[in-house]
Amino acid sequence: MDILRFITAGSVDDGKSTLIGRLLFDTKQIYLDQLEAIESSGRVNEDGEMDLSLLTDGLKAEREQGITIDVAYKYFTTPKRKFIIADAPGHIQYTRNMVTGASNSNLSIILVDARNGVQEQTRRHSIISSLLGIPHLVICINKMDLVGFDESVYNQIVEDYKQFSKKLTSKDITFIPVSALKGDNIVDRSTAMPWYDGPSLLEHLEQVPVSQDFNLEDSRFPVQYVIRPHTHEHHDYRGYAGKVISGIYRKGDKVVVLPSGQTSTIKSVELGGKELEEAFAPQSVVLQLEDDVDISRGDVIVKQEEELDVTKEFEALVCWMNAKALKPGAKLLLRHNSTETRAVIREIQYKVDVNTLDRIEDVDQVQLNDICRVQVRTATPLLVDPYLKNRSNGGFILIDETSFTTVGAGMVAIVSHESELNYMI
Amino acid sequence: MTKRYLDYLDQLEAEAIHIMREVAGQFQKPALLFSGGKDSITLVRLAEKAFRPGKFPFPLVHIDTGHNFPEAIKYRDELAEKLGEKLVVRHVEDTIKKQNLSEPVGRYASRNGLQTYTLLETIEEFGFDCCIGGARRDEEKARAKERIFSVRDEFGQWDPKRQRPELWNIYNGRIAQGENVRAFPISNWTELDVWNYIKRENITLPNIYFTHERECLVRDGKLMATSDFIYREPEDEVVTRKVRFRTVGDMTCTAAVESVAYDIDSVIAEILDSKISERGATRIDDKLTETAMEDRKKGGYF
Ligand SMILES: Nc1nc2c(ncn2[C@@H]2O[C@H](COP(=O)(O)OP(=O)(O)OP(=O)(O)O)[C@@H](O)[C@H]2O)c(=O)[nH]1
Ligand SMILES: [Mg+2]
Repeated sequence: MDILRFITAGSVDDGKSTLIGRLLFDTKQIYLDQLEAIESSGRVNEDGEMDLSLLTDGLKAEREQGITIDVAYKYFTTPKRKFIIADAPGHIQYTRNMVTGASNSNLSIILVDARNGVQEQTRRHSIISSLLGIPHLVICINKMDLVGFDESVYNQIVEDYKQFSKKLTSKDITFIPVSALKGDNIVDRSTAMPWYDGPSLLEHLEQVPVSQDFNLEDSRFPVQYVIRPHTHEHHDYRGYAGKVISGIYRKGDKVVVLPSGQTSTIKSVELGGKELEEAFAPQSVVLQLEDDVDISRGDVIVKQEEELDVTKEFEALVCWMNAKALKPGAKLLLRHNSTETRAVIREIQYKVDVNTLDRIEDVDQVQLNDICRVQVRTATPLLVDPYLKNRSNGGFILIDETSFTTVGAGMVAIVSHESELNYMI
Repeated sequence: MTKRYLDYLDQLEAEAIHIMREVAGQFQKPALLFSGGKDSITLVRLAEKAFRPGKFPFPLVHIDTGHNFPEAIKYRDELAEKLGEKLVVRHVEDTIKKQNLSEPVGRYASRNGLQTYTLLETIEEFGFDCCIGGARRDEEKARAKERIFSVRDEFGQWDPKRQRPELWNIYNGRIAQGENVRAFPISNWTELDVWNYIKRENITLPNIYFTHERECLVRDGKLMATSDFIYREPEDEVVTRKVRFRTVGDMTCTAAVESVAYDIDSVIAEILDSKISERGATRIDDKLTETAMEDRKKGGYF
């Protein structure tokens, strides 16, 4: 069985939490005691329908205000797949929580209220999903019950969205008319919308391909920890513990350790003290090398034929997540996989208009929830890839040097001299 | 195109190992909170996968309420012995004496809440900067909201409104003086995933996880194991039933479920069939208010 990780996004009150509640309810993954808890909270509407959003809105403040503030993670399984859901908040002030949920997702469900159509938050969340390299988007036109299940309303919204989405990098976009509250086209196909002949949302989620979402081409093994038992039995043992974030590693592979450039050969690939034939993304393993090389946390083991450069300079897109504005010259900590280094934002090249995807040039600062393109310089050299080429080696976070909170999510666009990839913005 | 396939349990395992190694790499003085329950037993297996043939870069720490199942305590000591890893045990009893706390009384009396005090004392005693815990997001609605690296202030408090963004699998373990982190490697596992993993890995569990005859009090429709610690009224009904435990915690707040499941397969079949959630079936403490878990976490609980 494989895993599909997805997020629900879209504007405030468009029905994200209700949709997840409905998915869980109709696949019978809600326990009786959880239902009783909702019933006893008294949140049932005049039609006797339970407020299913309470299944994910678990915080006191959320239940009081009837909104989602932070991401909730929910789990369900069908005979076909295990699903990990991140229910994101719609409010703009909680965008960073939406980004948190989106960063690990392979599919993004964007909800649109059929009465309101495409909104600024619909666009913002679509752009963020696309920037984060989420390969599959599903646009659920929700609350179809409130527009009389009218096909023309649906068609108009699909048209509007397509107009906007031409500029997105995510190319696999699916549209489904639903009613999260009533359950139309969520698990079972709707009888109220005979004009729609596509799959229900769950049918779609069960068949979206996920296997090719891991990069098996570029070998990247950041060392997290060095295992040195110092026992009689394992006197000279030195194992490099880490996760294959992309690529495949086998015994006998010739490797280079970056940034030092030392070379060696893989002596063994192990997991839990047992030898493996090979290790591939996203496995966590231990590599032993033939030679005594000096390796510590933060170094990256790559295969020799790939001959890569490490760099201190690159351009990146950044979602800024701090109330304090980002200005050129800002000094921050930058964490990329298992490396942490100091970094300076040398230049803010432009800001992205989240409605039109246009560039806004000549900006001297970037506010909370803005998306911008910057030039970064780091204190130590890093082995980074353009994010869209290798999602697991192109992302980094920015950390405030005094509060230590995470203030930015960065995605590498261009590495030093490398030519620009197919970036839309 | 090259193709590889990693089963969901292997994916969850890889993620958990990665998180444990980030803890080892980022912190000076981590600890693994070990309760003797199946989730922390799973954590221990994951730690073996992450660090063998080396030693764990952290001790196992148990906060003992003094009201634990003797089977769980015996299992704990034997496991630490077999692994050759360091075990630190600190007792709620001692905290009660030292801090002059009052022992909870009445029908729902439990030392479960007092564990927080002992945990904070222990963190201070050893200077732990990160505690690894076996909490899962599927357990409870407040847990469903918590980050994998959860920053706590010096009182151990969780502030759900000030959680750090957490991107990809890059975990920010930077903290200020006095703060510490709780790290949850099996956040994305469900109860069933844990059981399937235990099965796959052939892990032996304390026998109270399987069916046995036990004398129980019937309290609010739940079966509570009789013991010297549980509050008892003369009119309380006492029955003997075939039961097992779905979670193993403090005896005063962990209920048994009626069951004839005698091995891992029959437990898995039972969970698949169950209409009640793990905590709903077994925890007395969550039921008291709608947001009991959130309130406890804000107060420094695991
Ligand atoms: N009639 C109707 N109402 C719906 C439907 N889906 C959601 N709602 C209602 O819309 C309101 C908002 O739903 P939520 O699920 O809380 O919305 P949300 O998108 O999660 O909101 P935030 O997370 O705060 O951004 C609730 O009152 C729902 O009952 C639907 O399909 N039809
Ligand atoms: Mg919501």
